Amino acid sequence: MTMDSLIENWIQRIAEAARTGRALAIRGGGSKDFYGGPARGEPFEVAAYSGIVAYEPTELVVTVRAGTPLVDLAAVLAAKGQCLAFEAPHFGPSATVGGMLAAGLSGPRRPAVGAVRDFVLGVKILNGIGEVLSFGGQVMKNVAGYDVARLMAGSLGTLGVVLEVSLKVLPLPVAEKSLSFVLDETTALARLNQWAGQPWPISASAWNDGVLTLRLSGAAAAVAAAQRTLGGELLSDAEGGAFWQSLREQEHEFFNGGEALWRLSLPSTAPAQTLGRTLIEWGGAQRWLRSGDPTSIRAASASVGGHATLFRGDDALKASVGVFQPLGEPLARIHRRLKQAFDPHGVFNPGRMYPDF
Amino acid sequence: MSLQEPVADRRFAVDRKRLIDRLREVLPASALLGEEEERRPYDCDGLTAYRQLPLVVVLPENETQAQAILKICHELKAPVVARGAATGLSGGATPHPDGVLLSLAKLKNIVHVDPVSRTAVVQPGVRNLAVSEAAAAYGLYYAPDPSSQIACTIGGNVAENAGGVHCLKYGLTVHNVMRVRGLTIEGEVVEFGNAALDAAGYDLLALLNGSEGLLAVITEVTVKLTPKPQLAQVVIASFDDVRRAGDAVASIIAAGIIPAGLEMMDKKAIHAVEPYVNAGYDMAAEAILLCESDGTPEEVAEEIGRMKSVLEMSGAAGIRVSRDEAERLKFWAGRKAAFPAVGRMTPDYLCMDGTIPRKRLAEMLDAVAGLSEKYGLRCANVFHAGDGNLHPLIMYDANQPGELDRAVAFGAEILELSVRFGGTITGEHGVGIEKITLMAEQFSEAEIGAFHRLKAAFDEYGLLNPGKGVPTLARCREYTQARAGVASTPR
Repeated sequence: MTMDSLIENWIQRIAEAARTGRALAIRGGGSKDFYGGPARGEPFEVAAYSGIVAYEPTELVVTVRAGTPLVDLAAVLAAKGQCLAFEAPHFGPSATVGGMLAAGLSGPRRPAVGAVRDFVLGVKILNGIGEVLSFGGQVMKNVAGYDVARLMAGSLGTLGVVLEVSLKVLPLPVAEKSLSFVLDETTALARLNQWAGQPWPISASAWNDGVLTLRLSGAAAAVAAAQRTLGGELLSDAEGGAFWQSLREQEHEFFNGGEALWRLSLPSTAPAQTLGRTLIEWGGAQRWLRSGDPTSIRAASASVGGHATLFRGDDALKASVGVFQPLGEPLARIHRRLKQAFDPHGVFNPGRMYPDF
Repeated sequence: MSLQEPVADRRFAVDRKRLIDRLREVLPASALLGEEEERRPYDCDGLTAYRQLPLVVVLPENETQAQAILKICHELKAPVVARGAATGLSGGATPHPDGVLLSLAKLKNIVHVDPVSRTAVVQPGVRNLAVSEAAAAYGLYYAPDPSSQIACTIGGNVAENAGGVHCLKYGLTVHNVMRVRGLTIEGEVVEFGNAALDAAGYDLLALLNGSEGLLAVITEVTVKLTPKPQLAQVVIASFDDVRRAGDAVASIIAAGIIPAGLEMMDKKAIHAVEPYVNAGYDMAAEAILLCESDGTPEEVAEEIGRMKSVLEMSGAAGIRVSRDEAERLKFWAGRKAAFPAVGRMTPDYLCMDGTIPRKRLAEMLDAVAGLSEKYGLRCANVFHAGDGNLHPLIMYDANQPGELDRAVAFGAEILELSVRFGGTITGEHGVGIEKITLMAEQFSEAEIGAFHRLKAAFDEYGLLNPGKGVPTLARCREYTQARAGVASTPR
């Protein structure tokens, strides 16, 4: 089937689903099936809509169809010395660009460069009434109309099927070094916040089990200067590369085992948490917890101005406590109405984000 | 755009006396301006060609008063136009003839600067530069730096998603704001974003940035502060050919360099600025590029070296590197003063704001030169070259019959061309009333319809800043039909 006939076919299926009151569960590579509320509705496979539409390294922009595998995109960018700087996790070789956008997850470099949403320049989507709509564009600055393109990041497919996305790309760092320090949790948090207030080229950080690991990225001279001042023990390039990859993909031993995995998004200055086993990333702003009491986790996160996600857990636990931090009014009302605005018949991914839409 | 009636949306039937009586109940006398001469200073924003008196001006002193105002407006179905310093260039704060002009100028406290979490909590009426000044003691600053940063306020920056000359490397307002506290049109307190790097649910914070006061009224903002680089240096390269300068921009990016700032000015802009600021620009050049590097001293030395070699290979006629901080600021002062400098050369000017892919830059400058002849109006070009964001300044005299109309038509042609080149009608100044009709050039009816539904999710009755940002579907159709008519006319 050609790309155009694929879309024609999807428009018919969406209209059919809307007419008969059925739901569609959008699925790309299936690498993030575990994330969010359990899928409801007939599988709506979108990986076939793939391929790079336009890539001009000197414009720092790539436009790509949503079904394109992330590994393929990364290879094309790397051949020109560029990358998606936010280091989105793949969670499997089948991960697609559309899934990356829908999940809205970013990797170790997030505090240094921004999240997926910060690199989204434009999208083409199919909404719940089968209209093909484009928002944003292929340029760095664009304030014409509401920023629907960024809204798509992390919307878990509940607002429409992403067909195409334009992303800002950046040059790969010239130099990279990883350092480790033996520090307790509280000291590590204090150091991370202190260093983040100074112009060091810190591109990733992680604390677990008494060890703080840092990555420096940038011009060779800047990395060398930072390494001299910050100290620590230098990891080999291979060790460093493997470590950050294992964090991004949650293959690090901390993530092994079947206990629930919580993601706490907190101010970087929030104190050490005593709720469960912890791995800290993002200079203190992202904290992973194994097990722990859901009510306490949610309350503790909210009390410091953050939120908690049940990142991995069984369906029973997801059903009883919800995957995402509950919304109060008027935010919940705005969410329901936005869902209505894009998908009035509730066709796409019901329950994937919140149970009521 | 009709000059007689700048804000076209007139669905509202507001009883002025009743509205003012109700507002008096909740506001001190000093917070309500009803007399014509009191309202007059509020009749326009930076788009001074369009003036309109609001029914009444209110200046709440705190969030509670703002909340009471909105509850009344919601109940009486009266339009509300929020306003900061009114430096905007697209008429986003032009008053509504049947509505309330809500000035947030009195909400001007810096609530808190926290050097440890690198954040500042500020009220919407705080000036952009004041945030950096308050953070300077900690070696931190607020990165987005629109040229109006001495005067423009954070609330307006968020509403317009303001840019600046350093956003290629440091991002726009949307990349530097963590939380917006505001009020819905119903007068409920609402928080978008939080103290962390992301929030649960949809990314409504991204939507608020650049929403031009159509979704909520901002009462407090948490901004991200950035560590001041140890050193910054700027290279000025002069070119005897505009096209070569444009190509040099692409070559810098192709070399894997992301400059902290990358700006271009053409000859007319240089000649406007140099006598005014004495920035040291090359008056013989057809175009100059300002290319900045920042970081550690070692990093800057390395990067400046790479920039110089790319610029030399691109055929720069002259290259100078700032020798110290004073000279760096002097070089930038010229660029930042470009708008007022052009303002000295002409009674009036319109500032365009299209963004195009960088590779079309030279082509665009050729086209603008042609249009300048066609309309018989002078035009100076300043350009955020790194982002592809072009600011042609079209000079005219409003007292000469027909000149404003010609200037508007000139500008519209530039923006239509921006869309055709794969860009946008506005990079950072917003749609407001100025470019509302041109939205139909960039978006389909279905897309405009989606914008209206999105707006209604926040503001069911369309009371927040009506007639701005997104055209009615009827207006889109008119525009599309008129364009189709033009296209089919034999030349």
